[in-house]
Amino acid sequence: MTTAANERPAKTEGLPVGHDRSRRSRVLTLAGLVLFALYSVAPVWWLIVSATKDQQGLLYSNGLWFEDFHFFDNIRTVFEYDDGIFLTWTVNSLLYAGGGALLCVLVSVAAGYALSRFSFPGRKLGLGVVIGSFLLPQALLTMPLYLLFSKIGLADTAWGVLIPFTINPFMVYLAKVYVDGAVPAELLEAARVDGAGEIRIFFQIVLRLMRTGAATVFLLSFVGNWNNFFLPLTMLRGDDKWPLSIGLYFWNAQRTDSEIDLTTLVLTGAFLSIIPLAVVMLAMQRYWKSGVTLGSLK
Amino acid sequence: MRRHTFRGAGFAVPFYLGFLFTFVAPLCYALYQSFYSIESGGLGIGTQKEVFAGLDNFTRGFQDGDFWAGVVRVLLFACVQIPLMLGLALTMALLLDGVARRTAHRYRFSFLVPYMIPGIVAALMWMYLYSPRLGPLTDALETVGIHADFYSSGLIWFSMGNLLTWIHMGFNMLIIYGALQAVPRELFDAARVDGASELRIALSIKVPYVRGALVLTGMLSIIATLQLFNEPLLFRSTAPETVTKSYTPIMTIYYQAFDSNNYHYAAALSVILALIAGGASFLFYKLTNRAQP
Repeated sequence: MTTAANERPAKTEGLPVGHDRSRRSRVLTLAGLVLFALYSVAPVWWLIVSATKDQQGLLYSNGLWFEDFHFFDNIRTVFEYDDGIFLTWTVNSLLYAGGGALLCVLVSVAAGYALSRFSFPGRKLGLGVVIGSFLLPQALLTMPLYLLFSKIGLADTAWGVLIPFTINPFMVYLAKVYVDGAVPAELLEAARVDGAGEIRIFFQIVLRLMRTGAATVFLLSFVGNWNNFFLPLTMLRGDDKWPLSIGLYFWNAQRTDSEIDLTTLVLTGAFLSIIPLAVVMLAMQRYWKSGVTLGSLK
Repeated sequence: MRRHTFRGAGFAVPFYLGFLFTFVAPLCYALYQSFYSIESGGLGIGTQKEVFAGLDNFTRGFQDGDFWAGVVRVLLFACVQIPLMLGLALTMALLLDGVARRTAHRYRFSFLVPYMIPGIVAALMWMYLYSPRLGPLTDALETVGIHADFYSSGLIWFSMGNLLTWIHMGFNMLIIYGALQAVPRELFDAARVDGASELRIALSIKVPYVRGALVLTGMLSIIATLQLFNEPLLFRSTAPETVTKSYTPIMTIYYQAFDSNNYHYAAALSVILALIAGGASFLFYKLTNRAQP
């Protein structure tokens, strides 16, 4: 009744039912949003709370609220366990995800530029191959890739992970879409008329205009690499080469067999492994939103 | 003029060289391997040699009951989980589209929290949530009188489906929401003047407009489901009797290759699965395109 005053009286006069319905639909909309938000956030909340508890607290207290605060003890245990292997895994993860993403940006932007702004024989085929390979299940390539890499000595090395991370057809396609929009052909022509070489044009003009596109490719690639599990699991044997995902999986698989219960280590480690990813994502929010939307529209 | 075209192609060379190395070569290698097998000579283990096996590996693959049970399992699972997840993602996107922009941004952020969690961490987290010893879910259901064992063979698909939905819903929502933003706003005003309800506008105008996004997310989801591996592998550590070594096709391939050292057979299975994935995507694309008015 009170909200009726805010509505336009002339229109609602004849449609009291419709007016009621729109008010109800607004309440339902908000209720739906709140439910979805709770579903999305509550499990992460549980993980954060659990990372502050010791074994006793995990077993006997309310999972959704804090008990005795053991967060810093847990962190120390995580980093001290097994001679600080967790730190090695973290460094490895940063190296694979960050290094792979950087290489991927260079290779993909160059290829996207070629596909977008030049017409050479085989360009159409090249583009078709890129789009066609989206549909190829990546996991199927992993096993033969391992066999191939072990023949030439790349298996069980950082390169065995970094090279596949660098070559990503989706990122090439994304880069091409960005070049289409961000690098005007007239500008390139003008630079050529002025006598600039192709290499110089690429590094001084194209890469500069492509800052947003490059950042998007970097971010999506970083997230994909950080989350990858199957490739490093197949490729890397020694635990000093593992990234965090494999390390946590290993701790979890072992948690009941070892002398001490590893549950708190797994939970705290899992929480810690989210942080770098969350930092990168929050810092680059602007880019990944536009990137994902762009990919969907074309 | 001719020099230009050559230099331009040069920028694509690093990628395509890498592509040959990491996509084409492994594919060819898998094909090659799938036509061979290991035969141990009469003198014992030391004299194993590779022999041409023709289509033997494929015949074996086509008759492998465990492998096909896995394929059927993930396909059935896909038929239930993907429509549910995309339906929820679509609902999320439509709800977001129905409120003021500032409110939408706030909620969109919380919807994307699962997307920021590494897949394996998400799986670990839910495994603990499901755990009767540590997780709050079993206790909570107990208080309303439901005994639920999330790792029992009856509930494990629900557990896994919920996990996958939780992980991927936000990303799919983002794609659909992005497509929704492109719908011309005048259409809604016109419909409102004609007396259409918000629900009616959503179903009759917005949903048809995001068809393309739904087909895209649908195809990506089918391919992802066929490759299901990480989550069942983790569940296996808790429920090894329910989640067997051949629970999903990729698990069969992984265990054949690295547990039983049957690389050649695993390669043949990979080729078969690639064909299935291609076929499923093609069929889905054809079906959704034909249904278009």
